[in-house]
Amino acid sequence: MSPFDYLWATTAQAALEQIGPGPGSTTAAGFGKFVAGGTNLLDLMKENVMRPARLVDINPLALGDIEPTREGGLRLGALARNADTAYAPEVRSRYPLLSAAILAGASPQIRNMASNGGNLLQRTRCHYFYDAGVPCNKRAPGSGCPAVSGLARQHAILGASELCIATHPSDMCVALRALDAVVLVQSPRGGRAIAFEDFHRLPGAQPDIDTTLAHDELITHIELPPPAPGFAAHSAYLKLRERASYAFALVSVAAMLDIGADGAVGAARIALGGVAHKPWRMLEAEALLVGQRPSDALFEQAAERLLHGARPQGVGPGSNAFKIPMAQRAVVRALQTALRGTAPNTGENDNAGDAP
Amino acid sequence: MANPPDAAAVAGPSRHHIELRINRQRHQIEVESWVSLLDLLRDRLQLTGTKKGCDHGQCGACTVLVDGRRINACLTLAVMQNGREITTVEGLANLVTGPELHPLQQAFIDHDAFQCGYCTPGQLCSALGLMHEGQAKTPDEVRELMSGNVCRCGAYPQIARAVSEVALGARPGGMAGTASQPVVVGTVPA
Repeated sequence: MSPFDYLWATTAQAALEQIGPGPGSTTAAGFGKFVAGGTNLLDLMKENVMRPARLVDINPLALGDIEPTREGGLRLGALARNADTAYAPEVRSRYPLLSAAILAGASPQIRNMASNGGNLLQRTRCHYFYDAGVPCNKRAPGSGCPAVSGLARQHAILGASELCIATHPSDMCVALRALDAVVLVQSPRGGRAIAFEDFHRLPGAQPDIDTTLAHDELITHIELPPPAPGFAAHSAYLKLRERASYAFALVSVAAMLDIGADGAVGAARIALGGVAHKPWRMLEAEALLVGQRPSDALFEQAAERLLHGARPQGVGPGSNAFKIPMAQRAVVRALQTALRGTAPNTGENDNAGDAP
Repeated sequence: MANPPDAAAVAGPSRHHIELRINRQRHQIEVESWVSLLDLLRDRLQLTGTKKGCDHGQCGACTVLVDGRRINACLTLAVMQNGREITTVEGLANLVTGPELHPLQQAFIDHDAFQCGYCTPGQLCSALGLMHEGQAKTPDEVRELMSGNVCRCGAYPQIARAVSEVALGARPGGMAGTASQPVVVGTVPA
């Protein structure tokens, strides 16, 4: 790791004062980064992919609570750890999708360290981005993208640009997208709320920018609106990966259904992970389900709509063309699982062939 | 919550005086910002039981307990752990009123749960963290919650059996830990 200064903050205001200029700054002071769990940032610093001159440790800030909101939702502190969030009784009972998604990600050790705010700010695990010896438009804008003609199993099939086909690696964020979470941030200019769909961005012409968060903005909370009544009883997070546990998703699906007394779908949410630069959701695909009696044919229609415009990347054995049918079938299977009930992803169903 | 380094004790923005309790012993150390907890343990304190496998949080060989919670020592800075209680594999056996192996250590021996042994310190600390968390109720759940620890010899069936025997209460006295390293299930949120 390159040398850097370590500072710490006990208030959000102090942290915002200490963070200083952002990446791209030409000042001698270099840029600063907030650190909480550090599980991704320190790893990137070891690889020389990120070289901040200064880390501001925000762990002393009082942002670790998980509390009900007045509106009947739940407010997750940015510094609450992923594991504490997944196992929080209110999350398990009212937002089992979020618990299941978090438990499908990383390892118990990393979930014990990683913060909720930091989970949102994970960088892609594209191996070209991680290898400082090769070009990468995300790491070094304008240098090129070896992934488009290389190994693209982990890469996007939706929303990619010619400059970048990276995917967002988070499982938690796929659930947060399906749950319509809101990200609360603070900056020297005051506070603001960012709808989850607007938080992460597509690569477009600026693949080096992952999110709409400004450098001097600090995530303080993630707010979950009250869930639709039936969602807690019908939710599934299906994650398909290269091994049974502790691997990033090739494709993941967050699915929730609200089934009315008449057996018809009252509301539906479907979000995809592992397929784009941000969690992928399309309201039109969900609308196809509403008012209909659930069936495999109906689920297939929704899957097809959600995958509309999907395009393979990579060449030869590196092609990710397999992800298009895989994602379609995963959507159907996640909806089938959600229709039957709720899957907690704690490992208890490992031997059941149809468990997520 | 870790204590921020005392402002008066900071030798500079890149050097810090910190205090850690490691295996119940107090250490006062001066350390650079960029030293990981793992490198501090191994290179500065000669606690080489904790292993450096990948140094990227992918293998779990560096697993230690911080205030009873299992973490990857390679992915945190020593300075970020100021004021914390660290337990490494050297602290598992009771050498105070013993010698007495931790029940997990004895179970690993009884089940032949290692071959080369490189992953074993991390497996043991991870298993103790799993017991503190109290979330694993079945062998399948034990297996899933041990997935952050890779064993390249492939001793997984034996490791899963050893950990399950202790963590699921099948080993007499296993749930209690040792006098010097008691297990209190559920006191540490996972």
